[in-house]
Amino acid sequence: MSVSDQNPLVDQLREVHTEALERLVLVSDLTALDDWRVHYLGRKGALTQVMRGIGTLPTEQRPQVGQVSNEVKSALEAAFEAQVGAIKQAKLAKTLAQERVDVTLPGYPVSLGRLHPSTQTLREIAAIFGGMGFQIFDSREVESDYYNFELLNIPPYHPARDMWDTFYVNERVVLRTHTSPGQIRAMQAFHPDPIRVILPGMCYRYEAITARSEIMFHQVEGLAVGEHITMADLKGVLVNFARRMYGAERQVRFRCSHFPFTEPSVEVDMDCIVCNGAGCTLCKQTGWLEILGAGMVHPTVLRNGGYDPERFSGFAFGMGPERIMMQKYGIDDIRYFFSNDLRFLEQFG
Amino acid sequence: MIRGCIRDMSMRAPLSWLKDFVDITIPLDTLVDRMTMAGLEVGGVEHIGADWQHDKLFVGEVVEVSAHPHADRLVLATVAYGQGEPQTVITGAPNLKPGDRGQKVAFAVEGAQLHDGYSETPRLQTLSRTSIRGVESAGMVCSEKELGLSDDHTGVIILDPDLPVGRPLKDALGDVVLEVELTPNLARANCIVGLAREIAALTGQPWRAGPAAAAGSLVPTTAYGSVASADAELCARYSASLIENVTIQPSPPWMQRRLQYAGQRPINNIVDITNYVMLETGQPLHAFDYETLQGGVVVRRARLGETMQTLDGVERQLTTDMLLITDDSGPIALAGVMGGAATEVTEGTRHIFLESANFNFVNIRRTSQQLRLHSEAAQRFGRRVDPDLTISALLRASRLMETLGGGALHPDIADTYPAPSSPKTIMLRAAEVTRILGMEFSPADMTRILTSLEFGCMTYHKNGDTRLEVAVPSHRLDVSEPADLIEEIARIHGYDAIPTTLIRDVLPPQRSQSHLEGLEQTRDILVGCGLTEILSYSLSNLDSINRARTEGPPAVADDYIGLANPISQERQLLRQSLLPSLLETLSTNRRYRQRMALFEIGRVYQPQAGEELPREQRYLGIAITGPLLPRSWHDADEPPQFGWTHLKGIIDTLVQRLNVPQVRFAAATHAALHPARTAALSVNGEALGIAGDVHPQVCERFDLAGRSVAMLELNLDLLLAHRQPRHYQPISRFPAVLEDVALVVDDDLPAQVVEDAIRAAGGEWLRDVTLFDLYYGEPIPDGKKSLAYALTFQADDRSLTEDEVRVLYRRIQAHTAAELGAAMRE
Repeated sequence: MSVSDQNPLVDQLREVHTEALERLVLVSDLTALDDWRVHYLGRKGALTQVMRGIGTLPTEQRPQVGQVSNEVKSALEAAFEAQVGAIKQAKLAKTLAQERVDVTLPGYPVSLGRLHPSTQTLREIAAIFGGMGFQIFDSREVESDYYNFELLNIPPYHPARDMWDTFYVNERVVLRTHTSPGQIRAMQAFHPDPIRVILPGMCYRYEAITARSEIMFHQVEGLAVGEHITMADLKGVLVNFARRMYGAERQVRFRCSHFPFTEPSVEVDMDCIVCNGAGCTLCKQTGWLEILGAGMVHPTVLRNGGYDPERFSGFAFGMGPERIMMQKYGIDDIRYFFSNDLRFLEQFG
Repeated sequence: MIRGCIRDMSMRAPLSWLKDFVDITIPLDTLVDRMTMAGLEVGGVEHIGADWQHDKLFVGEVVEVSAHPHADRLVLATVAYGQGEPQTVITGAPNLKPGDRGQKVAFAVEGAQLHDGYSETPRLQTLSRTSIRGVESAGMVCSEKELGLSDDHTGVIILDPDLPVGRPLKDALGDVVLEVELTPNLARANCIVGLAREIAALTGQPWRAGPAAAAGSLVPTTAYGSVASADAELCARYSASLIENVTIQPSPPWMQRRLQYAGQRPINNIVDITNYVMLETGQPLHAFDYETLQGGVVVRRARLGETMQTLDGVERQLTTDMLLITDDSGPIALAGVMGGAATEVTEGTRHIFLESANFNFVNIRRTSQQLRLHSEAAQRFGRRVDPDLTISALLRASRLMETLGGGALHPDIADTYPAPSSPKTIMLRAAEVTRILGMEFSPADMTRILTSLEFGCMTYHKNGDTRLEVAVPSHRLDVSEPADLIEEIARIHGYDAIPTTLIRDVLPPQRSQSHLEGLEQTRDILVGCGLTEILSYSLSNLDSINRARTEGPPAVADDYIGLANPISQERQLLRQSLLPSLLETLSTNRRYRQRMALFEIGRVYQPQAGEELPREQRYLGIAITGPLLPRSWHDADEPPQFGWTHLKGIIDTLVQRLNVPQVRFAAATHAALHPARTAALSVNGEALGIAGDVHPQVCERFDLAGRSVAMLELNLDLLLAHRQPRHYQPISRFPAVLEDVALVVDDDLPAQVVEDAIRAAGGEWLRDVTLFDLYYGEPIPDGKKSLAYALTFQADDRSLTEDEVRVLYRRIQAHTAAELGAAMRE
């Protein structure tokens, strides 16, 4: 613009502008900043002083000089606001820096309990089978010999009785040795509807308490009864279970076995989770770990439950949550589960 | 379903013996795998002679034995072993004497790896040239121990005379022993023949029956005596033979080897033969000294008070359920369990009366259990034996006694078989097989599989329905219905070949699981309250139960469900409370943990009058002690400790979250708890449980002296049954009015009564009542307390006016004054 060449006021405005900005940079606190504002932008400030001279100018020059002065005023006001923000920000930053904490210090303790590892595994099992349509059926622990054995195709003095070491209350009453009597109770409760249930619960065996055997343990029985239940279905359900419980890559094999209440009967093995089948101490060098017993429900048992075996078929399976935990975590002593050592319980969940 | 000793029989089967009956052409690993998958679980494989070097150990023949020139106890044996010149070696074996020749022995040459014959523990060493008292010896005639066959080092092992000299010992004597573990239904495979039959079916090889020995006449009465079964139900069949003029001597080396490999100790030829034939055929046999028998043999039940001395020298008291073999003199054997001492075969026995019988399996099991007498015979009879087997086994053993004992078999065979088993046939529908297995088998495939197991099969087609008429062989006592045949088809075909499908059947009706969900919800709430779940034994004992009681009469066993056969003193009664085990848990963990906050959800078992089975209910137990929070650097000098009020807070939270507003607390007493800090819980007037601080004396008894412990026990089934449905309360758009009120009441007036009175007077606009202060002391008079409540008034449809709130406030004041004698504190 050519105005400055013609008018000394413009030069003064420019000088004030330059000087004010130079000074502003040096201002670092809000009090000094206010002084700066009064000095340059106040009613008696440097800019006002110069602007007063505009009235003395010839009329035709006033608009141009007025415009320059407004520009300088706006610029200085903006610079002032920016500096206010910068100083506040710097102050805040300083305060925050002083509030430093050692982020590695332990936090304030939260009180949250834990579920027993057996409960955790029972829930996991229930969730997997729940997804396949199996509901939970709850059944009693003190059972009659009739339900625990006879209705399951195990008559008195039958050689198969040797498969269970039994706690007796009296000749007719036992502590259930397996959750299988619940199969009969479920069938009696639900027939003639189809059934898909799991039966979790505590079982008892007359055994010495050692690292490998307990008098008490959980079992989860499964039972499916319907008009089109096959052994192929049994395999499908258990393979799916094993892969969800132990990992999608697991190999599962079905080995012929014997339970008086199923026929055919199987034991289900999974490739060893420690050695992946190569052979180690956990799997006794066989490469396989037994995880389940299962089979097609014996016709006699179906009949005892109120189902016509000519029309209905079913499968059943059983597993031990504690054993699953022992395999998964390499726990070497089953006694930990019910001795309530908090150093053990607090390792899970 | 699973767990336990489901394989309670185990059979050691030398492969060489199995090969007498079936060709085994597949590799050992494949055989083991196939057997295991078919239910004949091979639990172990023992390789006998695996470490015998082919070029160091040979079948040798003793050419000459002469005395050692400088040692009395040693001899020099010259042994030919097919490799160059015979070697002369030194041996101290008592069974090689100067002058002997012709024995076949196990000969080791220099460099052979042998077990140290004198070491207590197995130790291998290399045979080197030695010199004993001036005579050099480069080889060795080996004992069983040196070969690793047994611990026997009393003499050298004598081999069968027909073994060719020079054959590597490994080929002559080496074997593989399968340790087969069997489930009760596989009793038929608990013998060499049984296993061979299974292997034949599994590998498609023919099964070779032993040489069919023609029997003479089968009659109950023979020239040498009669046999009779007085109880055809308990003794279905009794067969016997007479072998005259036997010589009792050691059985031949091959038989001793096989018995040894199968896990039996050789005794003499007669005993060994009965054992050998039992292992081979599965039929237990018993040999009597014929000359000790008096008159005919009768099988009958024992008479009241009868006794007999069994082979083990024990005098047995018999009951009338026990089956005896008797002669004119009385009992001569406990049928199927053990022979009698009086008729035992001894060194001097000349004639053998050989029994091969069939006894009722239930009866044998019962006798064996009652007398706690477990013999190999009882074990086998107790799992059922085919009655058609008596004669073939009898003849097999009798012939062996002829050839190995020099005896002569009497042509008559004594046999009584009052009700011979009749052949069974089963109709098997092909559709049934598909229905159960989920895969189709052609009639030809089913026939092939069943025939390989010696079933007879005839196929019929009728109206599109295919059926197999299946004849069951007599040894398949376990097969009686189609399901049994379906299992056989699946098993031999292989379970792994059955497809894998997910259930196609309809989804059953889905039922309410509200109670079970309530249990899990309870667990989640308590875990959220900071409690850790424990699970204790359901079995307890009086000692532990009474330790948790300070007053009242001690618990007595009669009030509990007890075990008839407890495994220990400690675990014999079914619990009726969770408190003792919670206290024990605190006690055992006290050394490791200051802070313990525990809960257990478990069953208790109450006997029910007139009922056989107890009432099982789920109880909830809680125990808390120690600091409120885990120790940390944030702690004050004295961090707050768990006590009654914290327990109360947990209970309040549980009750509120489960939504059981009817739960009430009232001061009470309990044998385990502090007499002035105990509450009885009730729901709708029904007793629900108890809670309180634990009595200091009880703490002391559980090594918790000086600790503050608070505990709860309640009937969780009952609590869950009273859960109320949740109702949605619209959030009012109108302001709430907050007012405080402080009431001065008698100190012993329960706070809950005051709150109930306030709520009753406040009506529906009184939305919330929260106690915020409890105050004693100036200016409140002695025996009084001040309870200050924050009251929230609110309506759903409008703002309440000051006047309306004032009316309610005055009503509360008037009601509490009238009902409770409460004074408003300004």
